[in-house]
Amino acid sequence: MWGSNAREAHPIFFHHVLKGIRNGAKMYAVDPRRSSTAKWADAWLGIHVGSDISLANAIANEIIAAGLVDEEFIRRATVNFEAYREAVARYPLERAERDSGVPRELIRQLAHDYAKADRAQICWTLGITEHHNAADNVLALINLSLLTGHVGKYGSGLVPLRGQNNVQGGGDMGAIPNKLAGFQDIELDEAARNRFGAKYGVPVPGKKGYHLSQMFDAMERGELTCAYVIGENPVSSEADTHHTRKLLEGLDCLVVQDIVMTETAKVADVVLPGTASWCESEGTVTNSERRVQRVRKAVDPPAGARDDIWIIGELARRLGYDWGDPTAEDLWNEVRELSPMHRGMSFEKLERLGGIQWPCPDEESQGTLFLHARLWEEDPARRGAPAPFHVVEQDDPLDTLTAEYPIRLTTGRRLDSYNTGAASNLYVTPLRQPETLNLSPEDAAALGLADDEIARVTSRRGSITAPVRADGTLREGLAFMTLHFPEQVETNILTLDTWDPKSGTAEFKATAIRVERATPEEAAAFWERTTSLEV
Amino acid sequence: MDLRLTAKAAATDAERAAVDEVLGPPPSQWEGGARRAQDAHQAFGGHAARGRRHQLITVLHAIQDKAGWISPGALDYVAERLTVPPAEAFGVASFYAMFRTVPPATGLSPGTVVHVCDDVACQVAGAEALCAEMTRRFGPEGADRVPTGNGFHGAGVTWQRSPCLGKCDLGSAALIQRAGTAAPRRDLAPVTPDAVRDALAGSGPAAGVPLGVLVPQLSSRTGPGFASPDIAASPGSGPVSLLRRVGRVDPASLGSYRAAGGYEMLRRALRLGPQGVIREVRDAKLAGRGGAAFPTHIKWDAVAANPVRPKYVVCNADESEPGTFKDRVLMEADPYALVEALTVMGYACGAEQGYLYIRGEYPTAEGRLAHAVAMAREHGFLGPRVMGESFAFDIEIRRGAGAYIAGEETALINSLEGKRAEPRNKPPFPAQSGLFGQPTAVNNVETLLSVLEILRVGGPAYAAVGTPGSTGTRLFCLSGCVPAPGLYEYDFGVTLRTVIDGAGGVAGGRPLQAVLLGGAAGVFVGPQALDMPLTYEGTRAAGATLGSGVVLVLDDTVSVPALLRRITRFFRDESCGQCVPCRVGTVRQEELVARLAGPVSGEPGSGKPAPLGSVAAELALLKDIGYVTRDASICGLGQTALSAVESAVKLGLIGTDFTGTDFPGTDSQGV
Amino acid sequence: MTSVFLETPRRLVDVEIDGQAVRVPEGATLLDACRARGIDTPTLCYLENLTPVNVCRVCVVEVEGSRTLVPSCSRTAEAGMNVHTDSERVRTSRKMVLEFLASSADVSLASADVRRWIASYGVDPSRYGSPAPDAGAGERDAARPGEHHAPAGDAAATVGQPVKVDNEAYVRDYSRCILCYKCVEACGEDAQHTFAIAVAGRGFEARISTEYDVTLPDSACVYCGNCIGVCPTGALMPLSEYAMRQAGTWDESRQTVTSTICPYCGVGCNVDLHVQDNTIVKVTSPLDSEVTHGHLCVKGRFGFEFVQRRRREE
Repeated sequence: MWGSNAREAHPIFFHHVLKGIRNGAKMYAVDPRRSSTAKWADAWLGIHVGSDISLANAIANEIIAAGLVDEEFIRRATVNFEAYREAVARYPLERAERDSGVPRELIRQLAHDYAKADRAQICWTLGITEHHNAADNVLALINLSLLTGHVGKYGSGLVPLRGQNNVQGGGDMGAIPNKLAGFQDIELDEAARNRFGAKYGVPVPGKKGYHLSQMFDAMERGELTCAYVIGENPVSSEADTHHTRKLLEGLDCLVVQDIVMTETAKVADVVLPGTASWCESEGTVTNSERRVQRVRKAVDPPAGARDDIWIIGELARRLGYDWGDPTAEDLWNEVRELSPMHRGMSFEKLERLGGIQWPCPDEESQGTLFLHARLWEEDPARRGAPAPFHVVEQDDPLDTLTAEYPIRLTTGRRLDSYNTGAASNLYVTPLRQPETLNLSPEDAAALGLADDEIARVTSRRGSITAPVRADGTLREGLAFMTLHFPEQVETNILTLDTWDPKSGTAEFKATAIRVERATPEEAAAFWERTTSLEV
Repeated sequence: MDLRLTAKAAATDAERAAVDEVLGPPPSQWEGGARRAQDAHQAFGGHAARGRRHQLITVLHAIQDKAGWISPGALDYVAERLTVPPAEAFGVASFYAMFRTVPPATGLSPGTVVHVCDDVACQVAGAEALCAEMTRRFGPEGADRVPTGNGFHGAGVTWQRSPCLGKCDLGSAALIQRAGTAAPRRDLAPVTPDAVRDALAGSGPAAGVPLGVLVPQLSSRTGPGFASPDIAASPGSGPVSLLRRVGRVDPASLGSYRAAGGYEMLRRALRLGPQGVIREVRDAKLAGRGGAAFPTHIKWDAVAANPVRPKYVVCNADESEPGTFKDRVLMEADPYALVEALTVMGYACGAEQGYLYIRGEYPTAEGRLAHAVAMAREHGFLGPRVMGESFAFDIEIRRGAGAYIAGEETALINSLEGKRAEPRNKPPFPAQSGLFGQPTAVNNVETLLSVLEILRVGGPAYAAVGTPGSTGTRLFCLSGCVPAPGLYEYDFGVTLRTVIDGAGGVAGGRPLQAVLLGGAAGVFVGPQALDMPLTYEGTRAAGATLGSGVVLVLDDTVSVPALLRRITRFFRDESCGQCVPCRVGTVRQEELVARLAGPVSGEPGSGKPAPLGSVAAELALLKDIGYVTRDASICGLGQTALSAVESAVKLGLIGTDFTGTDFPGTDSQGV
Repeated sequence: MTSVFLETPRRLVDVEIDGQAVRVPEGATLLDACRARGIDTPTLCYLENLTPVNVCRVCVVEVEGSRTLVPSCSRTAEAGMNVHTDSERVRTSRKMVLEFLASSADVSLASADVRRWIASYGVDPSRYGSPAPDAGAGERDAARPGEHHAPAGDAAATVGQPVKVDNEAYVRDYSRCILCYKCVEACGEDAQHTFAIAVAGRGFEARISTEYDVTLPDSACVYCGNCIGVCPTGALMPLSEYAMRQAGTWDESRQTVTSTICPYCGVGCNVDLHVQDNTIVKVTSPLDSEVTHGHLCVKGRFGFEFVQRRRREE
């Protein structure tokens, strides 16, 4: 488990991990904090925030040095190994120990256990991806799986855990800048473009669009002047809140379609009240393991709220295109027509099998339990293109620690809450704790701050106030907050919106902060604000 | 494991010290220690951390002994040290009667608890009078009291009734738990209030482990078969004798033991090889003496033949069957023999580790065994090269904590793993999946000592003693209305009459009313059974059981209904509560017997309640309760929990118009 | 690209049940075999998504050659076994187990199956006399192992006691508890691994408890509600359901159940929404879900208020 607190963020996935542990599986946790996930591990590697690549490369170097690589697999199924080997040779255990803080012996132990395991998986979440070099972090982990052949086999592999119930489905459907539905490349796959163009009667431009971070840059430049936001709350969820709000407010036209009045909806020109897709309408979602699943209507939406399909259809009608009155199944069958990997998934079959993991290309297919099995094929033709090793280098967090900003703030999730709390803050849970700035007991003591005293937290972008909590799972110099309660504590005022050019993700996980005791006025203002929220 | 610790107050220094004495200091911040620099970037947990749980009961004992109760703070510290969730640890602590999970009520800590035996044998010997006297002197049962003027000094004292303490030959017995002292558990027998006072004041007999005594004070009254040089002359006694060293060797001295032939049998075993030992045991036709009479060689062979490693051997010294004290006598008087025998068992089964699980109520025996194990280790009879051979074996002594059910072998295994002593469903049997899921053989003390005798005379010669179906000798625990209660050894085949006569017959020449055979899980037999041969087959044919060898003699003055109330109370108290038939069946049995028997002196109950409907209806209900507990309970406790009452009904000792007879499977399988 | 993992084909085992030949895969239990034959076999502590603990003993069957009855839920079918599920022995023990439970716990909210078995086995809890008065709050939790007040026999002991309401998520009515261990298993190593509750005490005083009976908010509980999901007698239920029942508004005949997917993280947990009057009143998860195996987290089970509130604000 690398940069993943699945115990709290993906609890039912973690049930499966626990089942494995109960059956004897060993688990290592790589995380700056000794999170509740890490507490289940046989060993926890408490790395410095953002030292992941140094650690991964050192693990690789150790595996190579110990002769534990899967040479046959590397020879047949990969390319670029030599360059990779040379690159990771610059990461001896000593360097990784220096970069990450983790004792070299423990790194060595992890390297050996991973390489020698019959089956091994690397699971990760936002601890890997909410960095300015997110894609490189992921590649560093992929390299390890290629090195040891822990990929494309039952029980082995790479497991990125998705954060939303349909973020995978959004990608599946082409809601990403460079792909059409079914991950068909909009620039490289002309045949696919033509298929879509023929179906819709319009040519599909062979040029990819913007990802989210690029859209904000485009707004900044004044190139992007109109946005239609469906089921997303960027004012609360994006890094550097002040900046995001300003950009959205500056648009010529902002349309927000959501089920509740989010912070983003509040700045919109038009708000379209939608339905809760999981219980007020029909359709599908795709989970983290590529399992397409049916969602169904269980309750009628509130008066005035409309099914998302109807809203989009009606927009089209007003714009001069009559798309008729399609059902969710009609639209799904359209997906099946255009996306080969979904072709074998009828509503009836999804119902019968209780969900199907893509690809499912035809009627016979029951779906695909794991990917990349082709890499193990004997026949080169079936094996297909080899998987490349990527040379990636350690690149420290951009928000550097200085005397002025000496504490590293990292962010994460709590079990009973979810993202910005738009949904989760509305149910009553005995677990719920108000937002706090968690500090190591040493830092809290050095600052003279007791639990529940109000601190002012300042980053290079802004300043907020929050109550302090001493937290023994944090080491000196490491602080932790969530972003579940933006109305109480706008954590994202602090975070840096510098994003990874490859993935578009912002570096939520590594902010440099300064912590001070809040003035009595600030503290009073904090309590007044939060108390008024509770009423 | 992401433990959540919930105590409002942290463990005291004394509690932490008690735990650390067992486990050593905490290795890191993450296990309850102080924060160290290296804890910032690494922590170890997982399988290894969770694998420490088996030490839970040992650690709870340490806290109980030090503090007099298991406080929430102490439990949290244990949870951190052993990676056991607090709720689970509490589930364990609250299972065992010797652990207290509430503070001593007086607030005077550490407290003192005097457990006074009022079980069947002591009942017959006058336990109610003793309890009345205890009440007069120390206040009502269960009430903490600051004694004044009785020679106590500052400690709160509680007394309470206890199930059998295994001193049935001595007429009365107590176990004194006194936290924070050098002897936190002491056994005392016979008991008078004055003796209790003296023991608490420190002027009584030396506590704990009187080592170096050549002839131990095992019993104030001994029968001809016990602690007597006349043992060879006892009726039926032939070449085999489990008691040969009792009273003749110094239980503290390895030299004394060796001079009496000690460790010659292990030497012989090492010569025979594991298979050779098992062959001798098979030829001897040895059956387990704990109560279930299972052929010993089958267990051993199954473990020896199992390719899975490691394997474990366990000695079940959790002797708790009311009326039974044989194992205690053997362990107190001849501890080295048990250490040797368990070593032989380990050798035969291919185990390198043995566990000796002894009930917590036997501090004297435990002390002597601990000494014997240490001496054996020191002299190369345990360790990496036992007797210089390439055979590694060691023994760890584990102390029970007040649970009859822990004598059931799978419950015992759970207890060794640091769990509630709940029996496991079988299959799988321990030979397939026992301690820590590994192949395990479990045998009772008397069984193991019998193996030494088998090696001494050879399997066939051993089998020649006794009857074809019940070979060798058997120990009988004589108590009740006989002039000379004590431990007697006879060749199998002896009749009940002979055994009773051997203890002097019914005391005072009174008429015999009945005999309770085999303990609380056994059966009552009447005078017409006196000529029954005490063999497995003989008792089975008569619908009786040998069980653990209890022979509790009752003359015509004894109230059998009162004994039945004690027995039914015992089973309700000692049921682990896991399976419905036993958990509820023992309650319904107690209620039913209360209705049939009426209130018993010294126990609550307002007048004799009318039976529900009629006696016939009650007996029909009893039949159904007996049916389901016998046929559907998980373990032998439930399966035998109604034996005594049913047999008493059959004999007309209670509920006189009982007519039902067709109970299934009347062979008893004691726990 | 595609590759489907296939389980190793299992060998088949032939057993005889009530005189009929039954063939089951190796490793199947006698309960599997009985159910494959369509034999109605009562179970209480058994659930498909939990490891059998075989403590209730209501599923016992008679296996020829076995001294006592065996729990069908956990006994593996072996070739040549001759099994009887409707013999006098089996019927008596099943009836007695149900009678013991019905006489000592409140089974009025048990499933329809349980009520059917109680009727069909001729259970008569009144045979044990009138029930003893309920224990006071905390009284059963204070019981010490190996001690109890000897009864006079004029009333049948029960586990009756006040309902525990100590948090906003769910209630614990241990008067209904039959100590089937399911909640402990679901909270513990069969699913959640939180271990907030365990069996404490022993004998008839054995009970489901947090450490020292602390309230759930003071315990390790994370309110996943997986204990509720497996409770067979209604001893554990959401506070909202409890309140509706108290108010007399809970009406399962007016409820629909719709299967969909949890709106939160990317795991894709199957949730069954129980809806009454266009309001979600309870969330469960199907036992046969490959994703959840019937278990959810606090968000999935309780976090649906955000869609409800909109309707109330209409």
